[in-house]
Amino acid sequence: MADEVKAPPANFKVTIDNITIEVAPGTTILTAAREIGGDVTPPAMCFYSKLQGSGGKCRTCLVEVAAGSTADPRPMPKLVASCRTTVMDGMIVKNITSDKVKDARAGVVEFLLLNHPLDCPICDQAGECHLQDLGYEHGKEGTRYEFPRRTFEKEDIGPYIQLHMTRCILCYRCTYVADQLTDKRVHGILDRGEHAEISTYISKAIENDFSGNMIDVCPVGALTDKTFRFKNRVWFTKPVDAHRNCENPKCCGKTTLWLRGEEVFRVTARKDQWGEVQSFDGKPGWICNTCRFDKKETKDWTIEGPTLINRHSVIAQGHYVGVIKPKETLQEVMGGREPLLLMDIHDVSEVNKLNIDLSKIQGPAHSNDFNK
Amino acid sequence: MQALTNRVKQVDRKKLSFIESLYLPAIIKGMFITFSHIFKRKPTVRYPEKTRTFSPVFRGLHVLNRDEQGRENCTACGLCAVACPAEAITMEGAERKPGEEGLYREEKYAARYEINMLRCIFCGLCEEACPKDAIYLSETFAPANFQRKGFIYGKEDLLIPNPVTEPEAYAKAKGGRVAVK
Repeated sequence: MADEVKAPPANFKVTIDNITIEVAPGTTILTAAREIGGDVTPPAMCFYSKLQGSGGKCRTCLVEVAAGSTADPRPMPKLVASCRTTVMDGMIVKNITSDKVKDARAGVVEFLLLNHPLDCPICDQAGECHLQDLGYEHGKEGTRYEFPRRTFEKEDIGPYIQLHMTRCILCYRCTYVADQLTDKRVHGILDRGEHAEISTYISKAIENDFSGNMIDVCPVGALTDKTFRFKNRVWFTKPVDAHRNCENPKCCGKTTLWLRGEEVFRVTARKDQWGEVQSFDGKPGWICNTCRFDKKETKDWTIEGPTLINRHSVIAQGHYVGVIKPKETLQEVMGGREPLLLMDIHDVSEVNKLNIDLSKIQGPAHSNDFNK
Repeated sequence: MQALTNRVKQVDRKKLSFIESLYLPAIIKGMFITFSHIFKRKPTVRYPEKTRTFSPVFRGLHVLNRDEQGRENCTACGLCAVACPAEAITMEGAERKPGEEGLYREEKYAARYEINMLRCIFCGLCEEACPKDAIYLSETFAPANFQRKGFIYGKEDLLIPNPVTEPEAYAKAKGGRVAVK
């Protein structure tokens, strides 16, 4: 009956960690797992669903395929990168239920951290760093590496973006942004193997209008916002959703503002639950450099409301929800008069001085900014 | 009413006997207890002349640490502030400029650092959170003050003396303590 070739079913049934889901053919295991959501989803450092061709580099999303398909139920001999492996009908995938995967992932984390410096106290990405989360959730406590770590000369890649090559894990996401979002790629990977590094050709500044999106896609603190550099920690700023009518037709204009009081310390694109840029009407919400770096005042924006932050994120600290302010009883107790000795903290405190507007300073603040 | 504990004693209201009504035996008994305390170990110390040794886990006034070369350890990472349950710590970070390498250990430092001692509960969580060995709770009390504004401690109040430029002050502040590794 050779002519009875069955057409592939419209939907493939795939079982990930004993949860069965139907997905369209051609879906990768990672995307299918993301449809299920929760702990089942493998972590991804290099894969970015909004960037074509990304993935397959960091190996954090390794999963075990216990059965290839209904037609060929043999298991795959090695762990596979789920971001690059498409599902087959009847495939059985093991992620967190497999000890092999857990062990391999701990190894991958150790490899990623070989050359990554432990400068989280300085790094502006700390608090929203995917490598921090990955190390915390999947890594081991110690490292067995005893050799000098890879270091680079500090390179200036323009007035808006700060490159810390030592922190780079070579996920290539930023080069895909440069390739796919901007019309001319001026930065890429130089050298190979251990010496590979992200650089602009002949220190050419990245001037493209969408280059700032590299900051958002960078999973670590290798590319950070220079206008926000050292201004504050991420978890002390308050994220709010905002939008503006951007003149740039390619810019979506929907952003997250990171406020401190009335000051806009940082503008980023809106992120979804996977840490990727949110899509609006099926289009990824990339924002232009004008929105990101130049509109640092609340009056430039229409604020929609506070951004929903996962309660387990450090950014959610100090976001008190449903607070009922106690009644001010001082007046009542004092018989209507103000107390004689009432200290306003802002009269004494040197922090958050009104004459020092950190958001107005172009780059990081320096000693002369404070000793005015 | 039901008693809360079983240690309740009913007050005895019966008439005193003759000896009891003299009160003298009770007074002598009481004075014996009082005078016997003269020969016991005193639990108090004569404070200004003598001070108590602090417990090794005592948590007192905060200090901001410097390294051996006198550079400030703090990088304004904000972990002490996020760990602080009383929200007493605030800070502002800045980037180290070329030429300031002798002042600050890392490229980022705290330009402003403040602890509101009115809020501080001396729990020591800031010390525990610090990844840079920058903040320690020392073996001193926060001194009293007549005004509340005297309790907002800035960097100049918290930083330890520079071991390079002010070795005498540093030695005095260090006292007899030795580094514990």
